[in-house]
Amino acid sequence: MAAGAQPIGDTSTLGVSNGESALVVEHLTKRFGDRVAFDDVSFEVGYGEVFGFLGPNGAGKTTTVRTLGTLIAPTSGSAIVAGIPLSAKNGSAIRSRISTMPETPGLYLRLTVMENLECFAGLYELDDARGRIQRALRAVNLEDRARDLCGTLSKGLRQRVALARALLNDPAVLFLDEPTSGLDPVATREVHDLIVSLRERGVTIFLTTHRLEEAERLCHRVAILNTTLRLIGLPEELRQRLFRRSLDVRVRVPLADPKSVLGSLPQVEGWEQTPSGYTVIVSDPDLAAPEVARALVGANADILSIAESHHSLEDVYLQQIDEDVEAKSQ
Amino acid sequence: MSFSWTRVGAICLKEVRDYRRNRFVIGTMAMVPVLFIILPTIQLLAANVTGKALGVRIGLSLLYLLVIPVMVPSVVSAYSVVGEREQGTLEPILMTPIRREEFLIGKALAAFIPTVVIAYGVFGIFLGAASLFAEPVIVSAIYSGSHVLVQLVFTPLLAGWAIWVGIAVSARSTDVRAAQQLSVLAGVPPLVLLALMSLNVIQVSTDLALGLAAGLLAVDLLAWRIVAAMFDRERLVTGTRG
Repeated sequence: MAAGAQPIGDTSTLGVSNGESALVVEHLTKRFGDRVAFDDVSFEVGYGEVFGFLGPNGAGKTTTVRTLGTLIAPTSGSAIVAGIPLSAKNGSAIRSRISTMPETPGLYLRLTVMENLECFAGLYELDDARGRIQRALRAVNLEDRARDLCGTLSKGLRQRVALARALLNDPAVLFLDEPTSGLDPVATREVHDLIVSLRERGVTIFLTTHRLEEAERLCHRVAILNTTLRLIGLPEELRQRLFRRSLDVRVRVPLADPKSVLGSLPQVEGWEQTPSGYTVIVSDPDLAAPEVARALVGANADILSIAESHHSLEDVYLQQIDEDVEAKSQ
Repeated sequence: MSFSWTRVGAICLKEVRDYRRNRFVIGTMAMVPVLFIILPTIQLLAANVTGKALGVRIGLSLLYLLVIPVMVPSVVSAYSVVGEREQGTLEPILMTPIRREEFLIGKALAAFIPTVVIAYGVFGIFLGAASLFAEPVIVSAIYSGSHVLVQLVFTPLLAGWAIWVGIAVSARSTDVRAAQQLSVLAGVPPLVLLALMSLNVIQVSTDLALGLAAGLLAVDLLAWRIVAAMFDRERLVTGTRG
């Protein structure tokens, strides 16, 4: 639980777990009739971790958040949220220890920023509500807008108010559902900066997004969901798992006989021609790069650049989604 | 976690603050009472009848006043759930520790308190106007029967009925305007009974009025339980029953 978290009283009857994981999800499934929202999803999120939950539209990300937030009941499987087993009878206790910022801010537009936050402070039954509201507003740099009607705020500012609202109860787990959806680049950067500051404060964040650069920038670990969980791990791990290490070699003119130049090098496992040169598959780029450079110089090639290939999270993501599309079409 | 009046208060206060800046709600809360006090007051002040006819005239005038606790909260309570859903505020609220009973009572109180204040206020104005300007025989007829008791007892009970019907309609609707129209219509049936009493089709006695009030109270309590059972978070958010 984050520092200063609101105690919720006697939790002995709730089956509270004292483990180190903020979220433990095991074989969780949700179906709406015949339609499967998500299926057999399992993962853990540690306290203080920023966990990215990626997936295309309709992958089941929001439904997962709603399920873990006790808004909807799972069809099967189990979960422990903020140390409390997920069940209907524990719903109120779980919701007092977590916070959710949905895709749309969901503010009362005829109420001021302060009135919106006062309402939620009351719903969480917070002690020192005024102090907590001030701290939450300070965290999102909105102290000077407390008296403004929410209806007069820009989309980006509304998102910041929603984030302040989500911080009011010092949640053990903060669910952010597509927090930058529909925001312009400036507002997006502001929200990103706020999430970074929360990460630095050790807040556990469950971030759903389909913006890959967002996940790559903000998250410690990511999972890719497309109804089922496709991959989970550190972005770097996922890259290594899916893509072999390689060098991108750019030359002014293609080699006359690349096989004789590249094919005989001990560090090189394979190669393929690209429009600007070659992608050379290697086991260790640091050892292979000088060897490849020497071979190219020996072959009188005009080298423009040699660099280790970089696969973004987007490449990982697209590869997974493409595999799903292929599997479905077959 | 047990029932919390703090959470009920938070919802109620938020609602009242929201109504205060909502022109449609303010307009409805102001227009309905104005309409329904002018008509009965004029009707009574201009009355030139005695005996049984006077009793019917007074009953009819007071019936107009009982439309206020049905009309005013119907419009507001019909907005309570579907309105939140339309503006995207329902999900954040339901993601807090609030229980459905707390949410519903908070919503109901926010409609009930102003309605009863307005309805009693309008009745007070009516009595004041009658005392000042009506013939003494009319004033005496107003106070002699069970009219005052009926107004005092049935105003909160009718408001309660209209509120639960409005919230029930709102919880199942996808459109605010349709919900408001439907809830106004659905709130009317108890008025039919009162109309029959006002027009002396059913002979009113204090015992009958109190019996009907007890019946309406029971219906209100039952309606509250039914509405609470209908309030399904999953259905409200996803449109599918959990």
